[in-house]
Amino acid sequence: MAPRLVPITAGLVVCGLTLGPLFALIAHAGIGGSLLAADWAALRFTVMQAAVSAVVSVILAVPVARALIRRQFWGRGFVLALLGAPFILPVIVAILGLLAIFGQNGLLNIALAEIGLPKLSIYGAHGVILAHVFFNLPLAVRMVLFGWQAIPAEQVRLAHSLGLARWTFFQVLEWPMLKRVLPSACAVIFVICLSSFAVALTLGGGPKATTVELALYQAFRYDFDFEKVAMLGMVQMGLSLGAAMIAISVRVPVVGQGLDRSISLGDTSWPVAVWDAAWISIALAFLGLPIASVVVDGIGGLWDLPKSVWPALGRSLWMALISSALAVALGAALASRTGEILATLAISMSGLVLGSGLFFFLRAWVNPFDFALFVTVLMNALMSVPFVVRILRPTCEATAQNYGRLARSLGLGWPAWGLWVALPRMRRSLGFSLGLSAALSIGDLGVIALFGSAETATLPLVMYQLMGSYKIEAASGAALLLMMAALGLFMVFDRWGQNARA
Amino acid sequence: MLELDELKFGYDPLQVSASCEVTERGITAIMGPSGAGKSSLLACLSGFLPPVQGRILWQGQNITKVPVAQRPVSILFQDNNLFPHLTIERNLALAFTRRLRLSSEAKARISHALEQVGLFGFGNKRPSHLSGGQNSRAALARVLLQRRPILALDEPFSALGPAQKVEMLELVKSVCAAENMKCLMVTHDPQDARLIAEDILVVSKGYVSGPFSVTEALDPKTGPLRTYLA
Repeated sequence: MAPRLVPITAGLVVCGLTLGPLFALIAHAGIGGSLLAADWAALRFTVMQAAVSAVVSVILAVPVARALIRRQFWGRGFVLALLGAPFILPVIVAILGLLAIFGQNGLLNIALAEIGLPKLSIYGAHGVILAHVFFNLPLAVRMVLFGWQAIPAEQVRLAHSLGLARWTFFQVLEWPMLKRVLPSACAVIFVICLSSFAVALTLGGGPKATTVELALYQAFRYDFDFEKVAMLGMVQMGLSLGAAMIAISVRVPVVGQGLDRSISLGDTSWPVAVWDAAWISIALAFLGLPIASVVVDGIGGLWDLPKSVWPALGRSLWMALISSALAVALGAALASRTGEILATLAISMSGLVLGSGLFFFLRAWVNPFDFALFVTVLMNALMSVPFVVRILRPTCEATAQNYGRLARSLGLGWPAWGLWVALPRMRRSLGFSLGLSAALSIGDLGVIALFGSAETATLPLVMYQLMGSYKIEAASGAALLLMMAALGLFMVFDRWGQNARA
Repeated sequence: MLELDELKFGYDPLQVSASCEVTERGITAIMGPSGAGKSSLLACLSGFLPPVQGRILWQGQNITKVPVAQRPVSILFQDNNLFPHLTIERNLALAFTRRLRLSSEAKARISHALEQVGLFGFGNKRPSHLSGGQNSRAALARVLLQRRPILALDEPFSALGPAQKVEMLELVKSVCAAENMKCLMVTHDPQDARLIAEDILVVSKGYVSGPFSVTEALDPKTGPLRTYLA
């Protein structure tokens, strides 16, 4: 219904925001640069940690998903909801939660000390992988759950009525599904982990655990070596392009779709029940304890909050609102197959790379640090667009298909179509995508870490600085605040959408 | 007079040719086997499907290229004839206004139309609170407000029970007579045609033929629909 100009403009905006900074980066990098040993190490580490995180997440996801799909128990809905939580939980908040469990003085080390074992350190490669598994295990579980649910109920019933043995059942029904789902789950998580800056920033570092993005950040922040920044940006861009090819070919389920059906996979003997219960408990503890500790530690920390937290919270809130509005506007305009590909290409360029490209671009005319918030809002919006497109596209297409003819026969122009048809029909998914992008944006610690200063710090950056100066109580308070802000934004918008009629 | 002049429409394996005229008043049924192109004929007439060639003339005027919203045709589809999230009143209002606040004159027009279809007082309900038959009535009321001289029915009552369907067909007949409207109605059921149609267009094997009188078209031995009815 909308004139063609709208999607074309949105497409140009997304292309411009992606290609502009990239060209600036390329122009700045020149051709002469070469990679040092440390850069190669960073490249190797980036790929290695992403691959290991992906494989571990997927392997652990299978028994958890299997237990969830074949068990009906009290609180199952809660566990499924918890699987969606890491998606809107700010990365830096989750890391603080992980530190409370696995950190130097965390619960795990206290327990180890009790039984006389040496302490484990969360910093380094295994910490990065641990955090990545925390974030991506739920995604992997959801993807595998969808796979199981996609097995038609008739086939399951047929298999039972044929009296297939457990192993045959697995071979005939489950294995073909896993063979299809697991590689794509692996690919998605690999892509996500290639450019997850905040985890590397907080838990990585040193010669053995520095990612390309972290090296880029260090070159930018500490060495002011912009040539190196440009070159590392190119390296990350190469990685991202490869990743984008993978990402486009794989479908990712977005949070919030119905997973309430459980299916009988046979075998109700008690050892299997114990096995399932064990996996569900492990997953629940692994995902739930860090989040619970953020809440518990945070309540005490609320009284230790420095004054700088409040303006940062205000800044973060309005930035999240603008950025989500922008993301949803762009996403709605691009809700088509072409738009989805375009948006996926844009997201796979890491925010940090685009941010530094934009830095070079702006530097030609202005002091880029004055535009820190502007750039952050823009980049956060851009990073949410692919999710928004994925959420809006199905409802958008269904609305046009079901009511397009009626609207045409009534001669509704596009303002009337938007007001009377599209907006009310799509309100649910609009609310969901506004909430999601606002939560993603308020929790982001990426571009702002490059550009931010005391006057422009967002809440995640303030929290990171508090952690850096070992003010853990204050950091916990800030974490709770940030978590409530992200969750609150998500819930307010999502609730608005849920109030849709019919 | 509604004239189809050397009209060709549809997609390649199923292209239908039509050259015929029907009268300006009364009800014409469109019958023929499934997939023969009955719905395409209505889609072409109402402007959703541009013809491959030929002209459509209404009262001597060429309306072949007139945009959907400006045609003299209103259409009721099999489903989705009302926006489920809007009240009946708002649904009806969209037939003639885009204003956010309805004037008292607009409200009066709407309630008059609702009265004509026996839904007086249902304006503030939503379609989900009404039965299938009541929704059909509401959609018909909207058609009345659109004030187009031709009404195209693409089996909008096919989901109703037999008694309700007969009721709706009779309502269509009386409304069309009262408003001087031409009605073209796609149907599978010879009973529908016997009940309210004056004549029948037959769509079959790539041609639109007729109009035939109802008895002629439905004759089980010699009529053009004999293989379909058998």
